[in-house]
Amino acid sequence: MTEHHIKLPEGSIEKTTTTLNLGPTHPATHGVMQNILELDGERIVSTEQTIGYIHRAFEKLAERRPLYQITTLTDRLNYCSSPINNMGWHLTCEKLLGVKTPKRVDYLRVIIMELARISDHLICNSIVGVDAGAYTGFLYVMQYRELIYEIYEEVCGARLTTNIGRIGGFERNFNDIAFQKLEKFLKEYPKVLKEFENLFQRNRIFMERTMGTGAISADRALNYGFTGPNLRAAGVDYDVRVHTPYSSYEDFQFNIPVGTTGDNYDRWLVREKEMWESLSIIEQAYHKVQEFKGAEAEVYHADVPEYYLPEKADVYTKMEALIYHFKIVMGETEIPKGEVYQAVEGGNGELGFYLISDGGRTPYRLHFRRPCFIYYQAYEELTKGGMLSDAIMTMSSLNLIAGELDA
Amino acid sequence: MELTNEIIKQRLTEKFSEQVSNFEEPYGMLTFEAPKEINLKVLNFLYDDEELKFRFMTDLTAVHYPNNTGKELAVVYHLHNLTDNIRIRFKVFTGINKPDVYTASGLFSAANWMERETYDFYGVNFVGHPKLKRILNVDEMDYFPMRKEFPLEDQTRIDKDDEMFGRG
Repeated sequence: MTEHHIKLPEGSIEKTTTTLNLGPTHPATHGVMQNILELDGERIVSTEQTIGYIHRAFEKLAERRPLYQITTLTDRLNYCSSPINNMGWHLTCEKLLGVKTPKRVDYLRVIIMELARISDHLICNSIVGVDAGAYTGFLYVMQYRELIYEIYEEVCGARLTTNIGRIGGFERNFNDIAFQKLEKFLKEYPKVLKEFENLFQRNRIFMERTMGTGAISADRALNYGFTGPNLRAAGVDYDVRVHTPYSSYEDFQFNIPVGTTGDNYDRWLVREKEMWESLSIIEQAYHKVQEFKGAEAEVYHADVPEYYLPEKADVYTKMEALIYHFKIVMGETEIPKGEVYQAVEGGNGELGFYLISDGGRTPYRLHFRRPCFIYYQAYEELTKGGMLSDAIMTMSSLNLIAGELDA
Repeated sequence: MELTNEIIKQRLTEKFSEQVSNFEEPYGMLTFEAPKEINLKVLNFLYDDEELKFRFMTDLTAVHYPNNTGKELAVVYHLHNLTDNIRIRFKVFTGINKPDVYTASGLFSAANWMERETYDFYGVNFVGHPKLKRILNVDEMDYFPMRKEFPLEDQTRIDKDDEMFGRG
């Protein structure tokens, strides 16, 4: 024994396992989360997750904010697909207020939500590739995520934390450039996606790295509260868009891809297939939107003067509009009493909003059901007995987004 | 036969008689209450019953009602029957001085972290939980921040010395 070796107390047994801190700022965690791994050689004996590094008390903050100001909080949950969060929040408010949105608004929302889903899955799948050592796919598809972001930009002016849409509809109609970009996306993206798929799907190295690792059975996945692609990869065809349709999803034809083994490869495949389904939904929605003619083609919000900001010109000229404008901006509108749960199919699972209102101007209680907070619990079970390098792939293929994890 | 709110309500009252109460249907979701002592019995019944099959825990959280003396904290479970695609909401109330509620983590693994979160923010003591410690806040925190007695900072306060943020 050399001199600098730590001297253990008399009679103690030397620890044979290694403790490794994976994170909180390790590049492979793709977010601020810590895993304390106990390793026997390269095999994982136990895992302990520590989360909460970017907890921002959204639920508390929401208790002081009028409804429209909470949209910005939802942006920062799953920031890879913020439009879905925004829409989910608007839908929750609309359910509470009893607002019926016009069909055109629903279809426009579907376009935006499915674009967001594509960008979310794209990131997740290409990051799985990066962790397996294939950087090319990641860089290649970034161009198309950029195009999606440009479409958001045309619609709402922002890219990442979008704050897109308002209670009752959108803040403005989609302009021609947005539709042109959408057409460009629909035309070019299938080829890119196919190429991306070719890079991975039957790639021997990728298959061997991902098949059979991080697997979970359907029973365990359900018990762990898995939702979204991770649950479907385990073989359960539960999709909020189909089971409790919102925003007129019942008008669209699409399949729910399911896997069988619930391992990393199946999760990757399910996301890949879902992107194709999303593409087809966007196409259908775009056709439906084009069918509106005349005055109907100009509809982009429901008639809810108490919650939807009036036209600026009206604010200057009409008394009523001025009053509504003031009340909305100052958050002085009292919301009806009620208790609502509204779920949407987020990028990584069922994103739920549980809203209790006591009739005041702000929610009495707002709880976010964040899918990745719930399924990250299973990480220990998924990685136990596996190799360290597989655990890293498992983490990225679960699509953990720190913003959503910590709320 | 399709499972409806009526049937669920009927089955529950058959089993627990007047112990389950306050049936409501806000926005179509069946909501009811039970005493906190039988929360596990109710959850188990909902899980095991061949007709009800509420085997998916969607959400677990708490709500604080400071004026509801003796029943200040409500623990709210959202359950989902995936076969018949129907959701219910189940509440138990507990006093804030002794907020002990039995843990559902034995039945649903999903409840583990959700209960830790609820403990972290509301201080609900889930009896029998394998590892009830704070999850999002720092371990050293000695209060439960989501309770209503902790208001957010007054946005109009001017006594704070932080010139960097334009308030000095």
